[in-house]
Amino acid sequence: MNILITGLITGSMLALLAIGFSLIFGVARIINIAHTAFYMVAAYCIFFLSIRLGLNPFLSMLIAVTLVTVTGLVVYKLVIDPIREHEGAVLIATIALAMFLQEVILQLFTGDYRSIDFMIGGFFTIGGYKIFYQQLLTFGVVLIILLALWFLLMKTRLGLAIRSMAEDREVANLMGMNESRLAMITLAISVALAGITGVVIGPLMVLNPHMWEDPLIIMMAVVVLGGLGSIKGSFVAAFILGFTEALVVFLVPTGAFLKGPVALIIMILVLLIRPEGLFGVAFEEER
Amino acid sequence: MELIIFYFKKLFKILRNEVLVLPSRVVVGIFFIVLLGLPLITQDPYIIRIVILTSIFAIFAASWDLLSGFTGQMNFGHALFFGVGAYSSAILNIHFHLSPWGTVPLGAVVAVLAGLIVGIPCLRLKHTYLALTTLAFPLILLGVIIALPDISGGELGMTGLTRITNSLLGNYYLHVVTFLVLAIIMWKITDSNTGIIFHAIREDELAVKASGINTIFYKLLAFCLSGFFAGIAGGLYAHYMRIAGPSTLELSLSFTVVIYAIFGGAATIYGPIAAVFILFPLLEVFRIWPEYRMMLFAAVVLIILLYMPEGLIHWIRDKIEKECPRCKVRNVATRKTCRICTANLD
Repeated sequence: MNILITGLITGSMLALLAIGFSLIFGVARIINIAHTAFYMVAAYCIFFLSIRLGLNPFLSMLIAVTLVTVTGLVVYKLVIDPIREHEGAVLIATIALAMFLQEVILQLFTGDYRSIDFMIGGFFTIGGYKIFYQQLLTFGVVLIILLALWFLLMKTRLGLAIRSMAEDREVANLMGMNESRLAMITLAISVALAGITGVVIGPLMVLNPHMWEDPLIIMMAVVVLGGLGSIKGSFVAAFILGFTEALVVFLVPTGAFLKGPVALIIMILVLLIRPEGLFGVAFEEER
Repeated sequence: MELIIFYFKKLFKILRNEVLVLPSRVVVGIFFIVLLGLPLITQDPYIIRIVILTSIFAIFAASWDLLSGFTGQMNFGHALFFGVGAYSSAILNIHFHLSPWGTVPLGAVVAVLAGLIVGIPCLRLKHTYLALTTLAFPLILLGVIIALPDISGGELGMTGLTRITNSLLGNYYLHVVTFLVLAIIMWKITDSNTGIIFHAIREDELAVKASGINTIFYKLLAFCLSGFFAGIAGGLYAHYMRIAGPSTLELSLSFTVVIYAIFGGAATIYGPIAAVFILFPLLEVFRIWPEYRMMLFAAVVLIILLYMPEGLIHWIRDKIEKECPRCKVRNVATRKTCRICTANLD
């Protein structure tokens, strides 16, 4: 039962992060290392707003997500946009950005471990196992967000534009889609997704300024395993790896150290059989 | 006697006609002289220590460039080779009591094997998939190492390795000379036919295949060579610091080396080396404000990238030198005509 709950929570967190990551990769070809750094910033935002300032948890959730999204956009305009044509430069700019955000948080909140109170307390029991309402809330929010995202991508004009841009940039550009504006919008969505993840997962996690590193690796594994740019793939892969982690942690001794490696080994094994990931499409080689 | 005079004259001629005409070559010459002559100026253990560590990381950054800069096989897990080199040297030294002269090369050989192990599955992957997959390898090894504390020391790492020499100057010259020799070897590799094939694989792998070149062999060769040099760097680091810990496999080390290499300018070998020699001491300078150290470092990288997205060294080189449009020979920016073919520059 514990495995089920942990697996579901980890899986849904990874799904949200991975979808955001692969969206921005698909549209703007940016490998955003700083993606999980925004998730950390959001978690700290909600810590500051709801614990230090004592605001209503739901209000502070809204403010945190908006704040993170605005930060993401400003940072994108300032440091990423001017060097968009240079792939390597963008890559290390995002790495440096992640380090920068980590250090800013370290200065503001120190390196102490922090925790956030649950937004709704209480729990109920099924068959002797405690399930906190917070866990239900987290899972529910994740499902709603995923549905909304699916609707946005599949049923609206914006979603069509994003998907076509991910498929073929040049043709999409020729069809009159504004590449840089679309990149901005996608970045906003992607960062907002990272922010929402941070906000809903934050209360279940321990906060510290290095918390972005672990999910970053597993998130990348999810993205690769599911196939780059495939939302469905990310979703399935996230739950596969989420449950793997939960299984390893609960069943294997010293599992806490091995949960990352086992997930990564699964990813590598799958890639050996299907180099384009579970649901990825094998593109013709770009030249 | 006459032969010696002849060689001296030849050396002088090369120096005047080939080295002194280009500022970049002069800078490299000065760099060699300063590095070798530094102990004459100061023997401060702190400065010596920083230069030694800088040299080790310069080998490491250059080896990343050899693989990822040249063949375009983006390796995000380069710390794997460094860590494998460090840990295998440490295990050989502590459990088998081999002298450092044996452990460092053996560690490098193990790192070559690691290069093969990583390289073979990665042959099927391209671009981003490759980058994100290579990221996984050092972390898998890290997890295994922490889970097996008896052999590897667990989270604390293995301490108490023997130093190669205990004298300050001996250590300095050993590391600096190793670095200079390895840097020249790497530069020569990239300058040879093999290096040209590496370049070609990055630009257009299909065309290289179509020309009848075995790209699989050359890609694996790049992985092995890169692993070898990084393994040496790791072994030297372990013996110098007398510890092989989990920090040699961490994500941040993999990322730092990417920052060094791209910051300096990828696919040049000297770019990453220059970047390490600028950024690593800079990090030490920032110890004046210890709490803002990494923040300032990240900010410097971000700001310099805004102005020089191609890399620092490419930018500087373009400012002080220009290429002759007719014979493609490089000239000082102040010249009006080419030094070889007298064609009008600009």
